[in-house]
Amino acid sequence: MSVSRHSPARSVAAHAVLITYTLIALFPVFVIVINAFKSRKAIFAHPLALPNAETLDWVGFKTVLKQGDFFQYFLNSMTVTVGSLFFVLLFGAMAAFALSEYRFKANTMVGLYLALGIMIPIRLGTVAILQLMVASGLVNTLTSLVLVYTAQGLPLAVFILSEFMRQVSDDLKNAGRIDGLSEYRIFFRLVLPLIRPAMATVAVFTMIPIWNDLWFPLILAPAESTKTITLGSQVFIGQFVTDWNAVLAALSLAILPVLVLYLIFSRQLIRGITAGAVK
Amino acid sequence: MGNLTLSNVTKSFGATDVIKGVNLTVEDGEFCVFVGPSGCGKSTLLRIIAGLEDSSGGEIKIDGVSVNNTPPSKREIAMVFQSYALYPHLTVRDNMGLGLKQAGSTAAQVAQSVARASGMLSLDALLDRRPAELSGGQRQRVAIGRAIVRTPKLFLFDEPLSNLDAALRVNTRIEIARLHRELKATMVYVTHDQVEAMTLADKIVVLNAGRVEQVGRPMDLYNDPDNAFVAGFIGSPKMNFLKAQALGEQGETVGVRPEHLAISRDAGVIAGRISHVEKLGSETLIYVRAEPHGLLTVRQFGEQDFAVDEAVYLTPDAPRAFRFDAGGLRMR
Repeated sequence: MSVSRHSPARSVAAHAVLITYTLIALFPVFVIVINAFKSRKAIFAHPLALPNAETLDWVGFKTVLKQGDFFQYFLNSMTVTVGSLFFVLLFGAMAAFALSEYRFKANTMVGLYLALGIMIPIRLGTVAILQLMVASGLVNTLTSLVLVYTAQGLPLAVFILSEFMRQVSDDLKNAGRIDGLSEYRIFFRLVLPLIRPAMATVAVFTMIPIWNDLWFPLILAPAESTKTITLGSQVFIGQFVTDWNAVLAALSLAILPVLVLYLIFSRQLIRGITAGAVK
Repeated sequence: MGNLTLSNVTKSFGATDVIKGVNLTVEDGEFCVFVGPSGCGKSTLLRIIAGLEDSSGGEIKIDGVSVNNTPPSKREIAMVFQSYALYPHLTVRDNMGLGLKQAGSTAAQVAQSVARASGMLSLDALLDRRPAELSGGQRQRVAIGRAIVRTPKLFLFDEPLSNLDAALRVNTRIEIARLHRELKATMVYVTHDQVEAMTLADKIVVLNAGRVEQVGRPMDLYNDPDNAFVAGFIGSPKMNFLKAQALGEQGETVGVRPEHLAISRDAGVIAGRISHVEKLGSETLIYVRAEPHGLLTVRQFGEQDFAVDEAVYLTPDAPRAFRFDAGGLRMR
């Protein structure tokens, strides 16, 4: 261990930078959460003060739980996020396996074509997507959202996963082939467990924009039964009057499920059983 | 058991020809080693035999049956890889039994075969561990065990010792030789290490740039090489190539092995100056700079007292020298 890397001054400086960044990143979340528990008057009088006995008010949460079908919105958001995530990971990993494992003529071209989606935002195609959904009768269904988000998440997933798939030992796959495993078993039993950390990374990157998206739910599925939580929260924001208690309470609640999903995947990030597969 | 015939096998990646027409027969029970410098196509050739790569042309026969269109799992082969390639999520027992299980053997048959193989390699104590809990040498023994369990017609080894340290390499080499004697199976072994080739092989195939340079028993290649490439590749330290003209000989170069060069302080055919001495206890390697030949290696038994910068004379053992023409072909 070198002395320079462990000098207390450097260590303090590094931690100071990291802690400062953490505070800046968490500050808006902190403000939302504390204000969700305060009365309307207190929110405007002292926005940065912590709730105390005088200002504590559950009215926001009460409104949220009373008005509209918030449980349904949660369920919709969950369904869309988990569904899209499943398809992005499944199809992304399969495409990545094909691109990294098999030599075929258009390999590079197909890889580039799939990566193109990273550079072109899917929202540019909103009008065409809406026309497509109207024509296929999928407007106001969760299916339409799952389809769009799967398309949105695939390019990055294929790009990241194919990089990782290339690092999986050829010998391992060939040993499977000689032992008579099918290509599907090689993919699901040998390769996927080895790239689990990469899958978790892709899952986190894919999940958060989907959960937070307002655009596509508003355009493709604004019906009461298919509203997502982000869209559902908007009912409290009016042109003239905004129920800030309710908005803040809804946003605080919306953080929870995505936090749980993140915790699940981040544990996978750390795990991974690559050790001992190959030297 | 199994014999292997390759007829005019070729392989190209795009415009690059990696294997340029290989003809070869490996007899039943023979230990055949492919040896050559890196990039010579020896691993590719092994993969073609295994069915992991398609050949671009030619025919591969195992036991007289063409297997060009047979998938690897149906060729009745087993392969041991350089990186061991054990399944990380399975125990040693399941790693060894998977191939048989896939082929549809009953649980009892699988257990029996695994027990036989683990007995041969003393793996009994490790059967319930996972690969991550094994050392490098143990992993390679498991990989060899996995091959034995299948009782294949043909064993294929792809540089199996390259990831092991020097002491383990010698042990595992002896183990493989013992297994070959016990199993009497046909084995094809790829290595870039000519020591492994010399010690294990019944038949050595020297490959260079996708072509077979020479096929023969180890001592035939050592004593009777067809060309300068084989002469230089087989034998360690490498053969010295002297300029024929400077010695007043026919041809382009004269090859003399380091053990066939005599060294003297008083008189000899080639005058030179010692540039480096390596004392290994059992032998001494003396590097002599002698123009116009360049740096020559002399191998002497036991400890020899030569100092750097000493002026010495070298004399080739004429009957054991090889003469090569400008194209590197042996002149007999």
